[in-house]
Amino acid sequence: MRYEPVIGLEIHAQLLTATKIFCGCATTFGAPPNTNVCPVCLGLPGALPVLNRRAVELAIRAGLALGCRIQARSIFARKNYFYPDLPKGYQISQYDQPLAVEGRLELGPDARTRYVGITRIHMEEDAGKSLHHGLPDSDRYTAVDFNRAGVPLIEIVTEPDLRSAADAAECFSRVREILVALGVNDGNMEEGSLRCDANVSVRRVGEATFGTKTEVKNVNSFRFLQKALEYEIERQIDVLESGGRVVQETRLWDSDLGETTSMRTKEEAHDYRYFPEPDLQPLDVPQAWVEAIRSTLPELPEERKQRLMAAHGLSDYDADLLVRLITGGADYFERVVAAGAQAKAASNWIQGEIRRRLKELGRDDMSAVPVTPEALAELIDLAERGVVSSTVAKDVFDRMWTTGRRAKAIVDEEGLAQTGDTSAIAALVESVLAENADAVEQYRKGKTNVIGFLVGQVMKKGKGRIDPKVANQLLRDALGGAASSPGA
Amino acid sequence: MAATRPDIDVSRVAALARLELTPEETALFTRQLSEILAYAEAVQQIDTTGVPPTAHAGAGEPIWRDDVVVPSLDRAVVLKEAPEASLSAGLFKVPKVL
Repeated sequence: MRYEPVIGLEIHAQLLTATKIFCGCATTFGAPPNTNVCPVCLGLPGALPVLNRRAVELAIRAGLALGCRIQARSIFARKNYFYPDLPKGYQISQYDQPLAVEGRLELGPDARTRYVGITRIHMEEDAGKSLHHGLPDSDRYTAVDFNRAGVPLIEIVTEPDLRSAADAAECFSRVREILVALGVNDGNMEEGSLRCDANVSVRRVGEATFGTKTEVKNVNSFRFLQKALEYEIERQIDVLESGGRVVQETRLWDSDLGETTSMRTKEEAHDYRYFPEPDLQPLDVPQAWVEAIRSTLPELPEERKQRLMAAHGLSDYDADLLVRLITGGADYFERVVAAGAQAKAASNWIQGEIRRRLKELGRDDMSAVPVTPEALAELIDLAERGVVSSTVAKDVFDRMWTTGRRAKAIVDEEGLAQTGDTSAIAALVESVLAENADAVEQYRKGKTNVIGFLVGQVMKKGKGRIDPKVANQLLRDALGGAASSPGA
Repeated sequence: MAATRPDIDVSRVAALARLELTPEETALFTRQLSEILAYAEAVQQIDTTGVPPTAHAGAGEPIWRDDVVVPSLDRAVVLKEAPEASLSAGLFKVPKVL
């Protein structure tokens, strides 16, 4: 029996604001515990929330980039539950009227393009942080830090459109990439500013209805999300195959054990008794504001990749690398090209010499590159025009990197330009032929491919400053056209 | 006074609110909630066709806050108000939860 998984994601992203969503406390990560707190985020009696305009703007940005319709009116609601990290006894969230709805995200294009529906994006406040371990009396107490309480979040909910663990991981990765490119979120999964839960069920291929789903929590890397889902899909199939039934529950991914385990959930835990937050007005977003925000959206990574491929003839692989693998790679590339370099050469230099140097530094961002795009364009020009050989060009690049000098200055001052002076090269050819009588003999016997070795010897004597085409021609001339292959 | 309604489960509402009620209180609140619901049902008889739902009395110009940091409270003062806290670690303390 064949099964297919049905997966939807819930992604929580912290909005990159300076202050919390309903008060002026700072959102700084890593501040000493309970130093970014006030009557509002501590839920002290009488304190009233006031919405952070910037948080709304960032949420709208995310909504637009994910293809959503921004609702003219959305409503904040109270989600009631008890936990020590929730000081008010409710979380202010959005429920039946979220800020953004009906979006769409594209995966691929690889073998085939897939679309993932975005059900909704709503705004909410984060909870505080419970510390269950690490204090002398942790056996009796849970300690709480409210610095994070009230930090602005968006929750992005996808449709159950994903059909594999790998697609789910790609979806999460694409969302992260977009949010980071928008300046909406910092993409930092270790610090918890981007978190993902997944709903997953399995059904027999061809079945129209969904199976019973479980919610997998605590999957805060693309790799863990994929592994957790692969595990959970297998587990559910095993349950069904052995005649059992999947229980709807929340399961926690344990990356050390490599498995999901059931979280005991209390009866009625999901009765949140939502009701409209009376302390906050409906959130009215004028269309003019939406359009003003839309006009500031940057080109997103996938769009940029497609444009680089179309405008500069780059391959999918090359464009992907520039846009996704090297931070700032595409910006740098475009400046090199704008300075007059050929696109393919610019791409090759970034992926070759620059990437090699970055790897040595343990970096993957262009901000660590001391050579400006314009300086690289100048070097590319010298190489393309044959002023320096490709070997010397790499050498010049190394010096540019370490000294910050320009290519022309290095080439001029150190006399690295290829010489076209035939008499000088002819002298080198003569001495090479004299020193390599064996090779000359082989050549005359028809083993003409030794010419490559001889060219190499001439180049070596010329310290790379010789145009190999000239050396090749002069060698052939000196050896005479007498070479004949015995078989000819 | 409306009759006590059988569809009101006060003990369930109390459990969700983490309240422990005596049998007398349960009976009292059941009766009171029945009255409140009866009132709500009376209000619901009104034809509101074409009237947008509202939960807010003061809907008008939006009230925003600019994204500007204002000083937070002094931690020692905050923790002093808590039933239990670790002043050295700067943390609130509550009975162990998992």
